[in-house]
Amino acid sequence: MQPNRLKQGGRIDRSRPLDFFFNGRQYRGYAGDTLASALLANDVSIVGRSFKLHRPRGIVGCGAEEPNAILQIGSGATTLPNQRATQVELYDGLEARTNKGWPNVNYDIAAVNDSLGRLFSAGFYYKTFMYPRMLWESYEKLIRRSAGMGRSPRLPDPDHYDHRNAYCDVLVAGAGPSGLMAALTAAHSGARVLIADEQSEFGGQLLSSAESIDGKSAQSWLQDTLYQLSQFENVIMLPRSTVFGYFDHNFLAIAQRCTDHLGGNLTGQIRERQWRVRAKQVVLAQGAIERPLVFCNNDRPGVMLASAVSSYVNRYAVCPGKRTVVFTNNDSAYQTAIDLHQAGSEVVAIVDSRIDGAGGLGEAVRNLGIAVFQNHVVTDVSGRRRVSGVLVAKWDGDRCAQINHTISMDCDLLAISGGWSPAVHLHSQSGGKNVWNEDLQCFVAGESVQNCISTGAGNGYWSLRSCLQSGHDNGRDAAVLSGFETVDLSLPSVDDLHSNALQPLWRVPASKDPDRCPKQFLDYQNDTSVADVRLAVREGYQNVEHVKRYTALGFGTDQGKLGNINGMAALAECLDRPIPEVGTTTFRPAYTPVTFGVCAGDHVGDLYDPERKTAMHEWHLSKDAPFENVGQWLRPWYFPRGDEALEAAVARECLATRRSAGIMDASTLGKIIVQGPDSVTFLERIYTHDVANMKIGRCAYGIMLGEDGMMKDDGVMARLDENQFYLTTTTGGAAQVLAWLEIWLQTEWPELDVHLTSVTDHFSTIAVAGPNSRRVLQNAGCSIDLERQSFPFMSVQMAELAGVTVQIFRVSFSGELAFEVNVDSGYALYIWKKLMEAGKEYDITPYGTETMHVLRAEKGFVILGQDTDGSVSPHDLGMHWMMSKTRDHLGKRSLSRPDGKRGDRKQLVGLLSTDNTTVLTEGAQLIENPDAPPPVPLLGHVTSSYASACLGHPIALALVAGGRKRKGETLFAAASDGSMVPVKIVSPVFYDPKGERQHA
Amino acid sequence: MFLIKCPFCGERAETEFSYGGEAGINRPLDPDALSDVEWADYLFMRKNPRGAHKELWNHAQGCRRWFGVERDTVSYRISRSFELPAGDKGP
Repeated sequence: MQPNRLKQGGRIDRSRPLDFFFNGRQYRGYAGDTLASALLANDVSIVGRSFKLHRPRGIVGCGAEEPNAILQIGSGATTLPNQRATQVELYDGLEARTNKGWPNVNYDIAAVNDSLGRLFSAGFYYKTFMYPRMLWESYEKLIRRSAGMGRSPRLPDPDHYDHRNAYCDVLVAGAGPSGLMAALTAAHSGARVLIADEQSEFGGQLLSSAESIDGKSAQSWLQDTLYQLSQFENVIMLPRSTVFGYFDHNFLAIAQRCTDHLGGNLTGQIRERQWRVRAKQVVLAQGAIERPLVFCNNDRPGVMLASAVSSYVNRYAVCPGKRTVVFTNNDSAYQTAIDLHQAGSEVVAIVDSRIDGAGGLGEAVRNLGIAVFQNHVVTDVSGRRRVSGVLVAKWDGDRCAQINHTISMDCDLLAISGGWSPAVHLHSQSGGKNVWNEDLQCFVAGESVQNCISTGAGNGYWSLRSCLQSGHDNGRDAAVLSGFETVDLSLPSVDDLHSNALQPLWRVPASKDPDRCPKQFLDYQNDTSVADVRLAVREGYQNVEHVKRYTALGFGTDQGKLGNINGMAALAECLDRPIPEVGTTTFRPAYTPVTFGVCAGDHVGDLYDPERKTAMHEWHLSKDAPFENVGQWLRPWYFPRGDEALEAAVARECLATRRSAGIMDASTLGKIIVQGPDSVTFLERIYTHDVANMKIGRCAYGIMLGEDGMMKDDGVMARLDENQFYLTTTTGGAAQVLAWLEIWLQTEWPELDVHLTSVTDHFSTIAVAGPNSRRVLQNAGCSIDLERQSFPFMSVQMAELAGVTVQIFRVSFSGELAFEVNVDSGYALYIWKKLMEAGKEYDITPYGTETMHVLRAEKGFVILGQDTDGSVSPHDLGMHWMMSKTRDHLGKRSLSRPDGKRGDRKQLVGLLSTDNTTVLTEGAQLIENPDAPPPVPLLGHVTSSYASACLGHPIALALVAGGRKRKGETLFAAASDGSMVPVKIVSPVFYDPKGERQHA
Repeated sequence: MFLIKCPFCGERAETEFSYGGEAGINRPLDPDALSDVEWADYLFMRKNPRGAHKELWNHAQGCRRWFGVERDTVSYRISRSFELPAGDKGP
């Protein structure tokens, strides 16, 4: 039983009934319905409650502009909040509910707000919930619940989303008559065309039009045209696809809804896809949105846009009322009266504010015997939960007059039309301005700033004929501009009735002044009325952007698609300025709301960011090592034995390494090979130390500075040959260092014959450290003599290890005797296992990044990015010895700037808690006097802090102003719990200060 | 997202590139001869114009070459891409 369903006609499939639920109650609609048309067919008139006043609200529109029927669709993990019922396709079992109204949408206790309406004026929330500030968070929750905001799903989204990049010559946004003509014309020229439309089927206005094209129905012409388009291989047609964003350089984003209309459990399929399109030319054919008229109680359920009524009648075979009054200031609504009449529904009268009434359509209406009240306006509506009648008054065009009604008419549907506003949103997003067209009384797209053109109703062409014509012309021109030949198609013939001009009517006068008469709504969704805008102006707001924020005009899920222009006009009238001077607000993406899913695509979970794993990753996994993210690398953090915690594991790993042997996967270090006859010259400009005097086979610790003189990166440099060097970089710095080297070679020093090769992934690095490390390598079958005399500290040699060619560096980041083995990544796991086997008798212990950090901190070795930030120079770290005195290198000049010579620069020091037990908090600030009144001078901060199992007490590194001269002084480290820990400043080298162990 | 023309590879999406700041700022040949003010000018001072701006871009995910781009900082329109003159960070 669908009381409002017409017996015949429409594009619905009566053989496919679909059951759905609205607020728990079961209804029935047909395939081809939207949720809105199915609700109207079932005579559901209240679909929501308004934001502040909780007034009952019904369906107003039939598309993206709908402000009231904002529903929660589905439940659980896949629920969608804030869906416009007018854009939700019906499917079997669909569940929809309102988030508004308590106990329910039909009986809402908070509707008492409406009788207190004067309290709930513009700025209500700002004025009411100011004090006390600490309660704002509680207020906000209450307000949000009361306003009935949509609820986002609480469970992880089980659905799949996708991104797809596409390129085309001509992108057509909107597949109404002009969009289709544009696409067809461009397609004939051979251009690659992509045409997208937000609706379930192409056609736009043609789907509900009663007009004829080429002597056939509009729907029949549509069918032919779509068939033609589908035959082109160079055309992609995307229905259910909203062009929601227009970005720089003709880059547009389209949200394609792939499965939502099918309902049911579709897990595994792509739910939504984002098309990311780079178009040579864009034709904006989004059509126009009808404007409501502004009169008293114009928000009552049963007040609908005239074009929406036509759509429901013609496209969905639903007549939303039994007795209709049409109220208009232009010709287009006359068609609605005709459509209703043809469908067998009663049209009480057309109320037309204009003295002359309509042109051609006026005559057609009179021939059907429909009464027309020219020179009249609807001033008020009776009926609270549903329109029961309208009050009509004669009006002479004086917008300041106060008028009383002379006629009242019974009706249950009021179809209104205040004219049309082109959907200029995408043009605005592209950076274009919108300009006021005085003749049409609307904003149209101004000059294009990107390669786009607005066409059809989207550019103020109202008649079908002019839409087809402009679509054809703009489609042809777009193809030509993207390099194709001019094609002219013959235009279909369309009757063009003469129409009379629209009468500007921004507010219908009432029996009282605008501040005292019943509410005249501008923005249904935000309960913004004319009186609110006037109050905002009285309270000092004049700029449209301020008024918007103060009154909430144009906010919400509809982004002012209905109310904006009427709001501008109300503001303009109040300020006594012309509308274009008041201006519109800027439209931003998205045109209609999009899901997080379609934004994220498949960049979620494991695919959120690339993960880099070393060749030994599986081995680490098998030992249950937790991993630490270092850049994109996954590095083992520590290797627990049994249920050992971090602290215990690290203490064990540290002691084992210092006493016998440890092994670490150091593969993530950046590795760059530098070759070419000018390598030395090049590296001497980059690094601070003496490169020229390095002997072949020797290594050096190297640092590079930014031109500002601050530490940029560090690592080991090895001279492999006269003109061949091997550099390591920090794990996180590898890409930046390579780029830094490249920019100098490419731009300012192209005369240098130097070649750079990144080999980070090609070689894996295994560090074996500890007094027994030499024996471990020997046990594993090392082909070279590893003794001190033939393989001294800071040198490199090629060798065979367990039958594999490797490169062994005698370098140490732990301060122990250590060897770093570089091996082709394909053999890395094999060598790792061989070394583990060979080290068994020395209880070789794998260690992770945490132990590495402790061992290096005990030696006072810094980690760039942890112990330094962008403001730490090598002098601050005590690295004077590394700086060439004679030659220039990058950053050198900056060190002699006054700032580089300040005596109070923060310098690297060691810290010991005076109680010998407290492990300081990294990041803790250091102060001199814990009792000093604020502001307390901050002298520096703790950069690294660990418990040291080898030393038996905690250690810390810190940057302290003038720190090196403060050795022996006591400072206080502010702990996070507010306590102050006394600390003594010491040398940053805690362990083996003479460095004897690494030379062993 | 910008569409940037690499002079060596052709037009590609901005995600393939990295930005290198204002073009034409070459390292002084003899830094020690500069006053602190002159050196600071090289280090820190940038034009930041409203309108046409010559800047460096690197085709980081492609050929890894540095090149120059002339871009309007208001409309973001790119009027041209150009190869850098040898030994130079551009005009």
